[in-house]
Amino acid sequence: MNGDLVLALAGMVVVTYGIRLSFLVFGHRLSFPPWLESALRYVPAAVLTALIVPMALAPQGSIDLSLGNAYLPGTVVAAGIAFITRHTLGAILGGFVVYGLWRWLI
Amino acid sequence: MLVGAAPFGVIFGTLAIAGGIPVWATLALSAVVFAGSSQFIAVSLISGGAALPVLWLTTFVVNLRHALYSATLLPYARHLPARWRWPLAFWLTDETFAVVENQLRHHVGERNGAWYWLGSSLAMYLNWQVWTVTGVLVGQSVPGLATLGLDFAMVATFAAIVAPQLRDRPVLLAALAAGGIALLARDLPYKLGLMLAASLGVIAGVVAERRIRQGRAG
Repeated sequence: MNGDLVLALAGMVVVTYGIRLSFLVFGHRLSFPPWLESALRYVPAAVLTALIVPMALAPQGSIDLSLGNAYLPGTVVAAGIAFITRHTLGAILGGFVVYGLWRWLI
Repeated sequence: MLVGAAPFGVIFGTLAIAGGIPVWATLALSAVVFAGSSQFIAVSLISGGAALPVLWLTTFVVNLRHALYSATLLPYARHLPARWRWPLAFWLTDETFAVVENQLRHHVGERNGAWYWLGSSLAMYLNWQVWTVTGVLVGQSVPGLATLGLDFAMVATFAAIVAPQLRDRPVLLAALAAGGIALLARDLPYKLGLMLAASLGVIAGVVAERRIRQGRAG
């Protein structure tokens, strides 16, 4: 487990530092293609939504739309507050309150 | 910026401990990777049993925007010796980029520009370490955090980050495509479904953006 973790972290460092070094240190040999710039706009939303949706709709592995799934109302409330107010911390706390109450009541 | 990063640092430290990541690895993620969103995703992937290539590829895709920052800041770093550029590149994050780019653009050619850049980087870096340690201490002092539903905090955090971006039509389509495919492909081993969903989501966004632009032109 620890060996794997060291390897996992080492790979992340190489990848991340390599990206940051790219232009600042090797810039004279590179150019940034415009299509990549437009694709990058969609990466955060695509990756984060791909992580959220299965966790909110199928927390135990199979799709669960029943009242017993507290993840779903919690996620919807967190997303709703963030969408309307753009207040990240308030959205996380609001989602957490709904999730906690839901689990406690149902 | 320093205050804005604080809750995320604390949440990251707490979640990593609750997700079963050892203390040393949690601190190392902040100390040597130092890239907020990919650290969160790494916690989720490592505790979910993702394969290493999936973890690395996801890290690459998520942090690729730093290459754009690296390119944007190059004009202000061209004259600096390598002993400046290597460490400045290491500390390049969203926050540092936003602050430094703004400062250097408005004060072009000032001699202390590099010192401003270095100072911002160090402040942001130390700030992130302090809040990560705080989160680790919180995670350790409350045993059984995972059963309290702290894994939900990860979902809520991601949802709160994504939701405001969905006002933009192509981003909304990218998110819908990625979310739908991730749900259908959730049983693929090693979290490969994540890669598939993210790639197709990005493609959906790019295609939608082109169509909207063509629609306006025609």
